[in-house]
Formats: sequence, structure tokens, C-alpha cells
Amino acid sequence: MYRYNDIDRRIVRERVAQFRDQTRRHLAGELSADEFRPLRLQNGLYVEKHNPMLRIAIPYGQLSSKQLRALARVTRTYDRGTGHFSTRHNLQLNWVRVDQVPDILAELAKVDMHAIQTSGACIRNITTDPLAGVSPREVADPRPWAEILRQWSTLHPEFAWLPRKFKVAISGGPDDAAGVRVHDLGLQLVRNAVGELGFRVFVGGGLGRTPILGKLLKDFLPWRHLLTYAEAILRVYNLHGRRDNLYKARIKILVQALGVEAFGRQVEEEWAHLQGGPSTLTEQEAARVATHFEAPDYEVLPKLDAGFEFARRHDAEFAAWTLRNVHEHKMPGYAAVTLSLKAPAQAPGDATAAQMEAVADLADRFGFAEIRTSQAQNLILPDVKKRDLFNLWQLARNAGLATPNIGLLSDVIACPGGDLCSLANARSLPLAAAIQDRFADRERLADIGELRLNISGCVNACGHHHVGHIGVLGIDKAGEERYQITLGGAFGLEASIGGVIGPSFAAAEVPAVIERLVENYRMCRRPHERFIDTLHRVGPESFRAAAYETNTESTESTEIEREVANG
Amino acid sequence: MAKLIKNREIVEDNWKVLTLAANDTPETVKLPFGNVLVPLAVWQARKEDLIHREWDQGHALGVWLGPKDNPADLAADLDDLSVIGVEFPLANDGRGYSIATLLRTRYGYRGELRALGAVGRDHIHYLHRVGFDAFAIREPELAIVGLDDFSEAYQAAANQLLPLFRRRAAVA
Repeated sequence: MYRYNDIDRRIVRERVAQFRDQTRRHLAGELSADEFRPLRLQNGLYVEKHNPMLRIAIPYGQLSSKQLRALARVTRTYDRGTGHFSTRHNLQLNWVRVDQVPDILAELAKVDMHAIQTSGACIRNITTDPLAGVSPREVADPRPWAEILRQWSTLHPEFAWLPRKFKVAISGGPDDAAGVRVHDLGLQLVRNAVGELGFRVFVGGGLGRTPILGKLLKDFLPWRHLLTYAEAILRVYNLHGRRDNLYKARIKILVQALGVEAFGRQVEEEWAHLQGGPSTLTEQEAARVATHFEAPDYEVLPKLDAGFEFARRHDAEFAAWTLRNVHEHKMPGYAAVTLSLKAPAQAPGDATAAQMEAVADLADRFGFAEIRTSQAQNLILPDVKKRDLFNLWQLARNAGLATPNIGLLSDVIACPGGDLCSLANARSLPLAAAIQDRFADRERLADIGELRLNISGCVNACGHHHVGHIGVLGIDKAGEERYQITLGGAFGLEASIGGVIGPSFAAAEVPAVIERLVENYRMCRRPHERFIDTLHRVGPESFRAAAYETNTESTESTEIEREVANG
Repeated sequence: MAKLIKNREIVEDNWKVLTLAANDTPETVKLPFGNVLVPLAVWQARKEDLIHREWDQGHALGVWLGPKDNPADLAADLDDLSVIGVEFPLANDGRGYSIATLLRTRYGYRGELRALGAVGRDHIHYLHRVGFDAFAIREPELAIVGLDDFSEAYQAAANQLLPLFRRRAAVA
């Protein structure tokens, strides 16, 4: 993974000093709440419902065990002992104190971590595939490019005060776990006909209030031009994105208003001035950064490990875990492992300080001291020998990290919701718990198979409900928490935005509604057909009917149109 | 008299910034005595008058751009101006950073580039990086400290045309 040099460290330390002074001036009354707000946001600090929340960056989702231990320490010392791994490679601490945040950032700086640009109207933390570098199907490792973009975007003086936030995702190939089409700027690594490496560029995707899939802006951008082309896009957006209405300020609205062709022409016009200029990447720089991501010292191993195969055949629970939580690796005899943060009654993505330390220990013992965070709010050990999987599984189970549910219905993705977030209309966590509780039976879950359920507590869509096979959106209706269901969303290169099925439900109804949707799928499905594929084949009508089966009164039909329009 | 940060020093600001009131027109608005920064619209309407005023009366001349103004509109006139101002009506309106970048790196403006308006100590470092060398901003005595918030930067910008990776390669 990337190792900081003196300059990287100096920049982070100077940022801590800058923010310490800003915090001091704010607390001394020299900087008003309004003046302090954008400054604290650009350092990841929100002021939430009950308490301030700090969002710490985990650039492109990569952590060393040392860094994870530091996160555990900070979580224990400055928070209430639990952190939340978000859908965008961040760790959120929900109970920090404003006056202590500079100390937290100073602690993080000691392990080369920070909270720079994890919020605010600027270029946010770059995200990528959690299996980058180990996935057998990737075209190239996206991490060096993510690091190059991290450096370029960090403290970029021209693009710190954009119309609105700007999120970049980069994926290493066709298995898009980064969600390049639901980001402001999405980059997919590809090779052209003569084998040169470059990017397919998508622009103007995003969820939130106006969910839109990114449009293809450029079919092939040679890698050298990554930074100059990004600069052109950002400059067009900075100058022409709307600033009069917060809800229409994302780049997707600009792309939509101009049309992607006209937007693309403006970008090309701007890029013509920058192309070939000093920010053009060099072989030397690409090679320098790539050396930080060289493969660890893999052992030469046979593809099959006898001990692993034996354990898998003789221990049904272990077998169930390997089926869901163990992933293919490019090296023979190795696998990547997801440590589930979705145990029953655990808030999705939450980990205690003790669990973080347990994961760090597992990484040290079994996985080259490296950990990844996933968009599905789980942790991943990317390089584990198949020979070690049984031991790893037993230890992970003791730490409550081996729920065999990755990609299944109980692997719920949810924002912190109304329990913690001041934007939320409705709570996400009790609902996630109720659904996980209803679908706790392992065999039933396995039978239902791959099903992505996403819950957002409000239209800002931090739980990415639009791209859930089943999405649940909390809305406020005359002071009552209600939930709207969407169907048919999908993540990755098959990305699509789910459609609202109809009137909203009360919280207590939702688990039963999900159950009826699932039962309808089980009735309609063909052998080995996933929920999403059945839904596409038979259409949403029977699902819609099933969802409302016992709801005899069809209320609020007029009200719904407004919600749909808003949502 | 108001203060100004210029070339890292605090100096007297002996310039006036002309703004158009609701009932003013660019063609007829009365110019104040002395050095003046006029809005782009006034410059475009009265270029010759303004150049004569500078030559005949010795009052220095500048133009200021608002966030919606296109710096390309000044590209042919840069030699006529002693100062170009860029206005920040709100601290979080970042268009001025791109306007400054374009004036410096695209149109080759070498004269004084002055930030005006609702920016201060917490913005001056980035303002300096995109090419501003004068700052008619809030609390200049406090703000001047912010110039040196960071001692190094990764990316190219108007005050450092080479990104860190090229400078590093040159040293190595």
C-alpha cells in the first residue's frame, strides 16, 4: 500500500495545525458558526442531531493493521467505543467533541491518516473496488490511479469551493464494485485495441434527491491525460454549475441541462488548452506510485488446499461461510475474505474498537497486515491463504465477524438514519434490525440467494437505496415516519435506478412487505435465477401486487405523486 | 484608509471600487476621483474614456470581475490595466478561483491580481496559489498569516506551474 513520504506527512500535519487554529478561533467566538461550518466540513466534522460526527478518510478503502489499531484507539478514547464504516471508504465517529477533533486529527496524522475533504463542496475521498489488486478479472490495479488522484485533489486550490460535493470512483475493470456510474466522475480502467491502458469516463451520475446514472463522456482517455482531463471537467463545473439552488448544484444537473454532448464539447474545449501541459502524467510518476502497490510476497501454492477442502466438506457452517464470504483471488492458493459487519442486531457497518483490533490481529496473522473497507459496509482481508481459512474463520467467529451473509438479504446496507443524523426523516437502524431478525435463518437466507437491500433515512440516499435490488427510503409524512419501497435498482456496471412501487408503509409493515416480495420471487423464479433477474424477467407487477396484498385500504394516492417527484 | 495585503505586506489601499447601483448605467455612471477599479460592463462601455482618464489625469485604472464574468472578455485588454480585481460576494462562491487561474495561466496576465470581498484568513492560501498577489479582504493583519498555512502542494497552480511530481523528478 502507499507509504507516506516526508512531504505527504508535512501536508497532513500542516492541515491539522490549520484546523486546530480554526477550531480555536471558533470556540473563542472569533469565527461564527456560519464561517466555521464549511471549514469544519472540509475536515470531516458535522454537527449532528445529538452530537458532532467526524468522518475519517480511508483513501480508496485501504488500511494497514497499524492504522486500524489507531482507529480503534481513537474510537475508544474520543468516542463511545463504536465506529461506523460508511459506503464510501470512511469511518464515522458519532460522538466526538468539537474541541477534541484537532487532537483526534493529530493522532490520525501519526499513522498517515486524515479527514481532509471527507465532506464539503469539494473533491471527496476517492473510492475504488475493495478487491483492487487481487481480483482475477481486473484490467489493471486501480489503486495507483486512485492515489495519483488523491494527491491531485488534496488541497486543490481551485476546486475547494465547488457548487456542491464532487465524488470520484475508479474501477479496475468490468467487475465494477466501485459504482462508477453513480458518481459525479466515474473512471473505468480499460485497454484499447492496441493494448494501451486508459479510462472509460462517465460523468454526472449520482444518487441523492435526483438519482441519475452517469453518462459516457469519453470512451478512451489515455492514462497520461487523467489529471488534465479531470481539471477540464472540474473547471467547467466550477464555472458553470448552478449555485442558486443547493438541490440543483451537482454536476449531474449541469450535464442534464446542457446534454452530455454539449457538456463534452465544453470539456474538450477547455482540455485543448491543458492537454500535454505540465500536469500530464509521466511514465516515471506512474511507475513511482505503482511501486507502492506491488503484490506482497505471495507463497507459491497449489490451486487446491487439501486441508481447506476437507474442512469445507466436513463442517457445514464453515462451508456456508466460504460460499458467501470468501472470494476468488488472482493467485493460486489464496482467497479474499469479507469479515461481515452485519451480524444480527449489529447496526450495518458498525464495529467496536475491540472488533477493529481483532480485525487488525487477523490481518497481521493471515493477511500481510492489510485491510480493505467495502461499499457494502464490511471489512475485507484481501490476501489470505486457503490453508489458513479455517483458522481465520474460527477466530473471526469469536469476534462476531463471521456472519455468512455477504450479498444476501441480511447484508443490509443502511445509513445511520434518524437515530443519529440530523438530515434523516426516518430511522434506518431499527428497520435494518427488524429485517435482519425476520431473515435470521441461515438456510432460508441462502435459499433466497443474492439480494441487495439498501435503506436510506432520507432523500440524500446515503444508504444508496436507489441501487438496491430492494430499496427502502424513509420519508416524513405529517410527522410520521413512513417508508417508500423501490424495486429493481442495481450497482456496478449493470447499474440501474430502482422504481417506486407505490404508497409508503409504516415502519412496522416493512419487514412483512419485504417478506412478501421475497416470497413472490421464490414463487416466480427459475432455478439459479437471482431476485433481480426474476424481477427483470417477470416485471414489477406481481411484486407490486404482493407488496400490497394485505393492505386493503389504498390511501394517499395523490400524496404519493408528490413524494415520488421529490424522491 | 482601508488596508490591503500586497506582495506579502500590509499597505494603504488607495483604490476605490466602483459598483453600479440599481439606477446606474455603465455608460453614465459617475467615476470617483483617483485610482479606480470599474466593473467589466463600465470598461466595455467606456474603454477610450477610461484610458484617456488614466493618461491625462494620472488616475490608475483597473477592472473588477464578478463571479459570472468571463475573463476571456478582458484577454485583449490586459496591457491597459494596472489591476484586475476578482470579487467574492460569498466565501463559498469558488468561481473566482477559476477566473484567476484562467487570467494567469491562459491569458498570461502578469499585473496585480486582487481578491475582493467576503474572503479572509481561511481562504488566502488557496487564493495566493491560484495567482492572486493582492488582497483587499477582511482583517488583513490576521489574514496575512494564512499565506503560509501550507509549505508544499501536490498539484500545479498559477503560482507554481509544475506539479510536485515534475519538480521531484527534476531534483532526482
